[in-house]
Amino acid sequence: MTSIGTGYDLSASTYSPDGRIFQVEYANKAVENSGTAIGLRVKDGIVLAVEKLVHSKLLIPDANRRIQTLDRHLGLATAGLLADGRQLANRARDESANFRDSFRSPAPVKYIADRLGSYVQVYTLYSSVRPFGISTIIGGVDQDGPSLFVIEPSGVFFGYHGAAVGKGRQLAKTELEKLKLSELTMRQAVLEAARIIYLVHDDSKEKTFELEMSWIGDETNGLHVPVPKDLLAEAEQKAKAALEDFE
Amino acid sequence: MHRLKQGEVNLGTSIMAVQFDGGVVIGADSRTTTGSYIANRVTDKLTYLHDRIYCCRSGSAADTQAIADFGHYYLQMQTQVMGSAPSVLTAAAIMEKMCYQNKDQLSAGIIVAGWDKKAGPSVYNIPLGGGLFRQPWAIGGSGSTYVYGYCDATYQEGWGKDETVNFVKNTLALAMSRDGSSGGCIRMCVITEDGVERKFIPGDELPRFWEGKEVLGEATRKPLAALSTVSDVAPMAVEV
Amino acid sequence: MDHFPTNWGRPRNDAFDAYGTYPIAQRPYNGPTTDAFSEGIQHTQQPIVTGTSVLAIKYKDGIMMSADNLASYGSLARFKDIQRLHPVGTNTVIGAGGDMSDFQYIQGLLDELMVEEFTQQDGHSLGPSEIHEYLSHVMYSRRSKMNPLWNSLIVGGFKDGKRFLSYVDLLGTTYSASTLATGYGSYIAQPLLRKAVEGNEDVITEDEAVRILEQSMKVLFYRDARSLNKYQIAKITADGVSVSESRSADTHWSFAEGIRGYGAQTQ
Repeated sequence: MTSIGTGYDLSASTYSPDGRIFQVEYANKAVENSGTAIGLRVKDGIVLAVEKLVHSKLLIPDANRRIQTLDRHLGLATAGLLADGRQLANRARDESANFRDSFRSPAPVKYIADRLGSYVQVYTLYSSVRPFGISTIIGGVDQDGPSLFVIEPSGVFFGYHGAAVGKGRQLAKTELEKLKLSELTMRQAVLEAARIIYLVHDDSKEKTFELEMSWIGDETNGLHVPVPKDLLAEAEQKAKAALEDFE
Repeated sequence: MHRLKQGEVNLGTSIMAVQFDGGVVIGADSRTTTGSYIANRVTDKLTYLHDRIYCCRSGSAADTQAIADFGHYYLQMQTQVMGSAPSVLTAAAIMEKMCYQNKDQLSAGIIVAGWDKKAGPSVYNIPLGGGLFRQPWAIGGSGSTYVYGYCDATYQEGWGKDETVNFVKNTLALAMSRDGSSGGCIRMCVITEDGVERKFIPGDELPRFWEGKEVLGEATRKPLAALSTVSDVAPMAVEV
Repeated sequence: MDHFPTNWGRPRNDAFDAYGTYPIAQRPYNGPTTDAFSEGIQHTQQPIVTGTSVLAIKYKDGIMMSADNLASYGSLARFKDIQRLHPVGTNTVIGAGGDMSDFQYIQGLLDELMVEEFTQQDGHSLGPSEIHEYLSHVMYSRRSKMNPLWNSLIVGGFKDGKRFLSYVDLLGTTYSASTLATGYGSYIAQPLLRKAVEGNEDVITEDEAVRILEQSMKVLFYRDARSLNKYQIAKITADGVSVSESRSADTHWSFAEGIRGYGAQTQ
């Protein structure tokens, strides 16, 4: 960040002389401060998992969810500013509902990712607004099977087999790369996802966290729903056990 | 002219007559409606005019019954005067005259068919408003509009009795299946020199044709119990 | 030459004022006597592709409904494979008579509503009573815009151990009872259903309920010229919703074989 303070970082509508938009880069910083979120695209579905940092013991358990449902077949996990995630999810719900209304069929995941990418990008064009302070993992199962996308604050989006955003993304990506994602089942993926979230969580720096997980696939009848309590408990217990072996 | 009077009983019908070598086959459905209410589901629309002459009635039940009654009466008179059975043409001409002269008061579409010594088998169509049209086959009533193409494509000269009966049966079944104002059973008569043979197809034994796929919306009929919304999320607890 | 510029380009009555010399105030009005809106403007549609009766009863285990598979186009039996019993969520079925395009629009509304509810993920789901309330508001607001959704709807459901059965139509009229019927069914089937069901709601078994509806569908087929002997039965119980395959009732015609003419005729 050599150019900080040179005056080119105050507006999203002004480039720096070397062609950067600092507001977008700062938005990425907001993402990096957030608890990790990962997404796995496996054989028969999608699993999303979030390391939700609990900043106060006074909070009700399960409050401030970072995984949201967009439509029957679509889910989204965000890393970054929670409120921005809400805004984007609401926009995604509108997009998805409009698609259904127009075409009488559920929206393809890629279409929603594309629309949201465009929406996010618009916030990098004007001095009167700030870019979204979130990276978003969108997962869903459509006619062509499961698919997974990440949308960054700049508005770019890419498709992934496995995705990680937020604080622990580097380690999470390394772990994801070790998996044969296209051969895993959703149940196996749930265990792996829990393990990765527990692994990337930094005990020494952070306070407690909640593991938040959802899935979409044949097992859920194509619906985006939270991972059932018993499976979640099993996954957490195995994740803790694996962590002890690791250390 | 073509409007029925308020609340009138209607023979919104499928009727038909076809000539073959030795005679004619006439046929009709058995539905009589007032609006969309079925006033009679077992109506007999094949009406006797003379020993070898019948008519198929469509339009207002009251009008066509009155016309047929007068037709029957005139033919009886004619038989006495001439000392022999009237021809189908004579019968048809009498019926046509009544339909034409009273066209403003009537809604009646009638097919007259039968066998006589002069012409052998013959079929005459008298549409709404009158006019007399001899045809090898005639169809009439609201249901007939759905089956003109079928008849044009199917009818052939030189059929025997059985083929003709089948043609009538299939045509009427097709018309009845598409026309809400037709339905019930099929009644047929085979009129030959030897006499009149009645045929009856009950409503549950009609020939069946394409009726569409079993039902649309396959996906919605899966068992839905498993498709619950949220598996085990409880409403958010509110501390009191 | 008409010397009154305000009259230029307007119709003139040659018989009365051949040279356009009368002052405006004294000239007769020669324009059209009615304006383009004199007969009113039609907002309200009419039903085009229509479905006929829907029947529904309460029974021991929940609600059972039936509707045939026909969509008519006037008197033409146009579509014979239409499902008029539509599951909404896991506890509700709506059955529709009347205009099928409006019914499909309503299905769209309800789907949107259910998705909206689902995305909340708050552990709540919409049951039959909420859906019925929603529909009644939609139907009433559309009739108040003089542009009704041309349907009679029956909402049946089972949730939290309770049966639900209610009606709503194009005017926004609502009522509920242990037997309901729309269209011709309300004339022909309703008396039969009441006789069979009222007072026995907690006794009637599934088989008996099927038989009661079967019997009524048969009579409707006999007497309704816009009906089809191909229908479906839906049940909503504690186990959820299920809609049957298409079926048809056994009908009776043999007695008609001996009938001749309409009076004296015997041949």
